[in-house]
Amino acid sequence: MKYVDEFRDGDTARAIGTRIAALAEPGRRYAFMEVCGGHTHTIYKHGLEDHLPASIRLVHGPGCPVCVLPMGRVDDAIAIARDPDVIMTAFGDMMRVPGSDGSFFDAKAEGADIRMVYSPLDALKIARANPERRVVFMAIGFETTTPSTAMTILRAAREGLENFSVFCNHVVVIPPMTAILDSPDLRLDGFIGPGHVSTIIGCEPYRFIASERGKPLVVAGFEPLDILQSIHQLMVQLAEGRCEVENQYGRVVPWDGNRRALEVVDEVMELRDTFEWRGLGWIPESALQLREAYAAFDAERLFTIPGRRVADPKACQCGDVLQGALEPWECGVFGTACTPETPIGTCMVSSEGACAAYYNYGRFSRSRTRGATALPDPVVVGR
Amino acid sequence: MSSDVTAGWAQDALDRAPRQGPDRSEEAVLARIEKVRRRRPRVREERITLAHGAGGKATATLIDAVFLEAFRNPALERLGDGAAVEVDGTRLAFTTDSYVVSPLFFPGGDIGDLAVNGTVNDLAMCGARPLWLSAGFVLEEGFAVAELERIVASMARAATAAGVSIVTGDTKVVGRGKADGLFVTTAGVGVRERPTVLDAAAARPGDVVLVSGPIGDHGVTILIARGELDIDADLASDTAPLHELAAAVLDAGGDGVRVLRDATRGGVATILNEIAVASDVAVVVDETTVPVRPEVAGAAELLGIDPLYVACEGRMVVVVDAERAPAVLAAMTDRPDGTEAVAIGRVADDPPGLVLLRTGFGGTRIVDVLVGDPLPRIC
Repeated sequence: MKYVDEFRDGDTARAIGTRIAALAEPGRRYAFMEVCGGHTHTIYKHGLEDHLPASIRLVHGPGCPVCVLPMGRVDDAIAIARDPDVIMTAFGDMMRVPGSDGSFFDAKAEGADIRMVYSPLDALKIARANPERRVVFMAIGFETTTPSTAMTILRAAREGLENFSVFCNHVVVIPPMTAILDSPDLRLDGFIGPGHVSTIIGCEPYRFIASERGKPLVVAGFEPLDILQSIHQLMVQLAEGRCEVENQYGRVVPWDGNRRALEVVDEVMELRDTFEWRGLGWIPESALQLREAYAAFDAERLFTIPGRRVADPKACQCGDVLQGALEPWECGVFGTACTPETPIGTCMVSSEGACAAYYNYGRFSRSRTRGATALPDPVVVGR
Repeated sequence: MSSDVTAGWAQDALDRAPRQGPDRSEEAVLARIEKVRRRRPRVREERITLAHGAGGKATATLIDAVFLEAFRNPALERLGDGAAVEVDGTRLAFTTDSYVVSPLFFPGGDIGDLAVNGTVNDLAMCGARPLWLSAGFVLEEGFAVAELERIVASMARAATAAGVSIVTGDTKVVGRGKADGLFVTTAGVGVRERPTVLDAAAARPGDVVLVSGPIGDHGVTILIARGELDIDADLASDTAPLHELAAAVLDAGGDGVRVLRDATRGGVATILNEIAVASDVAVVVDETTVPVRPEVAGAAELLGIDPLYVACEGRMVVVVDAERAPAVLAAMTDRPDGTEAVAIGRVADDPPGLVLLRTGFGGTRIVDVLVGDPLPRIC
């Protein structure tokens, strides 16, 4: 595949891996957090850790939109979806997220009209096609997806669509990163910064992480070579005693972000005073809600929602996993009670969740856990 | 954290499942997971969800816990593409399959030839020569007779091409809205003339894994044909009968051929997992050798799906011993329906029950059975 294979080249990866290993000081251990769930997914899907020396540990961060959604909000969304007038629309990875009484899939099986969409604009199409129904878009995600939700609301307003609304769960990335930096149990040597979030917010908002908190950060793309290169950049910074924000993903991320997108978001949405994050608790000014002027598109105002807070099951340690304090397999229910088919915690649901990525792809890592046995040689059969 | 309610279902799941013990080393945890994976599954849902039809873990659980439990017998227990049965010394294969694909017509085929080829292929994967098919139709009130005629004509052509006769059938009509146009069920009987015993449990370390051509064409074609995605690609379904190719494989490989499976719902990844578990072996696949058309790879990349899990309707997976592999591969590539056949991996002894992928990037990862269903009603 053109423009993709180039970023997945094994020989280049081996070369960068060798350079990374050469930069590692003997006896020192390194821990880098990839904030974004998309990075977590790439790391496991391509077996990226096989190119890293054992002294480098990748810590999986909170940047998986589905993972940080608290159970109470899922319950609220399902309550809206159960209204017989409603067509609920959501991204596919939302479908299996458990609330306190089942998931979207379960609600759908019980008769709720819940449809998977690839874009909020698809939800708008459904609204136009079903004027007698009330179409709600379950909006989740960090700054990456917020502008498209905001644009969709603007378009609905322009068209005068009266049967479309958004259940807004959009969150912002800096507050949880600050919360993680404040956490006493975590020793990090640097951050692999979120790529697509940064296309919107740019690189400037991370500056305090380097200048005040003393951690280098490299904004990285989503192909495996992007991530490997960003780890190399972090190692070079550490070796040279520098601590800066760098942009590895320059082909997509402008240093100053996307001003137009930020304006659109600002037009439609404002920060909430506080928002509950699964596993991280309540974080001030960490999520967005619709402004008063767009109340007509705000499902939270249009529908009666239970708004109950639901505690995670005690055994679920998603919070520790989301903060990087626990490796997925160190959770007491990982892979036994909590599996992708019967997830207890959200980290096991989304393909971007650290637990799901580790379970589905990383559960077997030859170089790290089974170095002794060798895989058979690649098969060559031919005439 | 204080809260208004707690989630009862989660506590319930926790009470039933074992907890991780005091040893939290990665190795110990992985060993416990493998133990849990091999337990007899149970259906926890109160209602059927689309995941139960996806061909992944939920489907396997439903089959095992509901159908196998009720119908248990030696022929069914092998859970092959069809049943291998014997009467008065005649070795037969018997299979059935229902078709609910949406849309009914798509580039490269329609529900009619799909229903014939699918059942022909299930027989072929048992090592049988397909002989007779049945066809049952559930028609929705209001369905156009002209469309029905088009579908039936397509079935007739496919049957002729595959050398089978449709010898019995059934018709039912349900009210508007009770079926989406039409559903078709076919069953088939074939005779197993070659002595080779094919069994998903027969793979052995050292064996070679072949596929008969590029994977994922059918699933991606259907997805695009639905027109919901604003994607265009020059692709057609791979629906085709495989019985002649399967016969050629058996003639070239003899009893060195261990397993034949057509990679339908759940794709090549699901088939390989079934083989790994049934044979208690590892299957190691080399990503760079897996044939995927650029159009399929591109669409799958955009949609975030893995071609390894996408359905094919005219591709098969062959597990054959290493010595016979070159002859089998040559026999396949010599035929027009197997020109693009290649070896994609090998069977190993460790870690048993798992499929591993050596990625093009140079890492190794697991290829597990799919949980959810990104592509409902693909066949």
